[in-house]
Amino acid sequence: MVDVKHVSKGYNKKNVINDVSVKIAKGKITSFIGPNGAGKSTLLSMISRLIAKDEGEIYIDGMDLTRCKNNDLAKKISILKQSNNINVRLTVKELVSFGRFPYSQGRLTKEDRQFVNEAIRYMELEEFEDRYIDQLSGGQRQRAYIAMVIAQDTEYVLLDEPLNNLDMKHSVQIMKTLRKLTDELGKTVVIVIHDINFASCYSDYIVAMKDGRVIKEGTTDEIITPSVLNQVYDMNFKIEEIDREKICVFYS
Amino acid sequence: MSNKNKLVVLAVVSLLLAGAFIFIDLGNNWDYALPRRLKKVYAIILTGGVIAYATIIFQTITNNRILTPSIIGLDSLYLLIQTFLIFVFGSMSFTIANENINFLISVGLMVVFAGLLYKLLFRGNGQNIYFLLLVGIIFGTFFRSITEFMQVLIDPNEFMVVQDRMFASFNNVKTDLLVIATIAVILVTLYSLRFIKYLDVLSLGKDQAVNLGIDYDYVVKRLLIVIAIFVSISTALVGPITFLGLLVVNVAYQFLNTYKHSYLIIGSVFISIIALIGGQLIVERVFTFNTTLSVIVNFIGGVYFIYLLLKESK
Repeated sequence: MVDVKHVSKGYNKKNVINDVSVKIAKGKITSFIGPNGAGKSTLLSMISRLIAKDEGEIYIDGMDLTRCKNNDLAKKISILKQSNNINVRLTVKELVSFGRFPYSQGRLTKEDRQFVNEAIRYMELEEFEDRYIDQLSGGQRQRAYIAMVIAQDTEYVLLDEPLNNLDMKHSVQIMKTLRKLTDELGKTVVIVIHDINFASCYSDYIVAMKDGRVIKEGTTDEIITPSVLNQVYDMNFKIEEIDREKICVFYS
Repeated sequence: MSNKNKLVVLAVVSLLLAGAFIFIDLGNNWDYALPRRLKKVYAIILTGGVIAYATIIFQTITNNRILTPSIIGLDSLYLLIQTFLIFVFGSMSFTIANENINFLISVGLMVVFAGLLYKLLFRGNGQNIYFLLLVGIIFGTFFRSITEFMQVLIDPNEFMVVQDRMFASFNNVKTDLLVIATIAVILVTLYSLRFIKYLDVLSLGKDQAVNLGIDYDYVVKRLLIVIAIFVSISTALVGPITFLGLLVVNVAYQFLNTYKHSYLIIGSVFISIIALIGGQLIVERVFTFNTTLSVIVNFIGGVYFIYLLLKESK
């Protein structure tokens, strides 16, 4: 379980995260939703230690984040940011192999290679494995990065807007994979997501944020209600049930 | 051709060039010429290797292939130190005349500068490596201005000594320094070996490096110190020649076509040696000392880059 306790973070004396406390359950998909600038990505970056927090504590399975060894954490929690500009020319397989670095420090063992191959198979990238990343389409590239995170084999997988710039087909494909990761491999997936309907259809828990605070957290059914969403986004939501999924209508 | 074979080819070419440099026109002056030439070749190998290594590390931590360590003002600081010492103590003082003491002063101050720059940068959080570059550029300009100011005021005879240190040249390698420089290079290289495995991951960028469990601040700080020591060694030996690093590292990237630093470092060290010995051979044998090595290296380098541009645009 990830336990965030009274965490704050400010830039130039302006707080972007204000005394946030949140608990992320194991083995589930938790989505962070909220308008731009709500602090979702910042919170995710702090949980994954990419940026330092100003106040508060974060515990992962009872261990204080700041007291953990970096290499041990890299075996426990992984993060994929929304923009991944890599200047190096890598093939898909080479990129995915980097996911094994915390275990092998660069010298791949037989076991590492097995993990890499499985991750590539899991993301259905076999036919591209020797292609260079910059020759792939956006969807394939995103899958390659997710394959790297899978090869890293961490209990917690944090993804910052994994559906950014993807079409519907690839978005559904990615979300189904994340569902599989939690259901089949028992991973804990945390995502920041803007498409509220993807959040509604695929996540177990939702944390709604606004202005650096958590407005409400709970199961998907508790959050996907007109009253909560209206408050979070300041606009009118209608919620319809289609095939037992709650679908938000907000386009008018 | 596999990368291992390419490295063997580079090693053979380096050896052949070194052999040519030592034995062409050696004549009967073995006692006189041979030790001098050996020292020169050794100095070239040492400088070339150190420059290539420092540049490749620097480009990896900045994730930028068109930068050299000179951008954070290390070269300018070296010139400032030299000018200041001559300005204050005179060219005959032990700080200038004793090369070993001069070397220790220069290296010491450059390392302190790199350390301070880093402290300044990571005092607050949220700063990135580009902020360090920016601060470095400003300091570099600042150092150059002070240097020029002192050079204008200095006695003309003393200025000759300053000028001698301003340009890279292998014709007056400070051979007194070779022993202490060799010891420093060996020690620092041994120390830096433990970080080599991190370089591949660092080239993916800071976020990925942290995600993969690297203690980013710790590693980058130590690598910066390593770069500072290497740059000061090469500058003290032959003068400011960090332009060379940009060329050889990019040639190495093109030639080896890999991301693995174990290959890239060895490859760029050999290419650096080839460029320097080859260039020096041309300076001595073709132009009979009528031009300088930097002109040759920059000319060939420039032509090569234009060739790359034309090839890529097709």
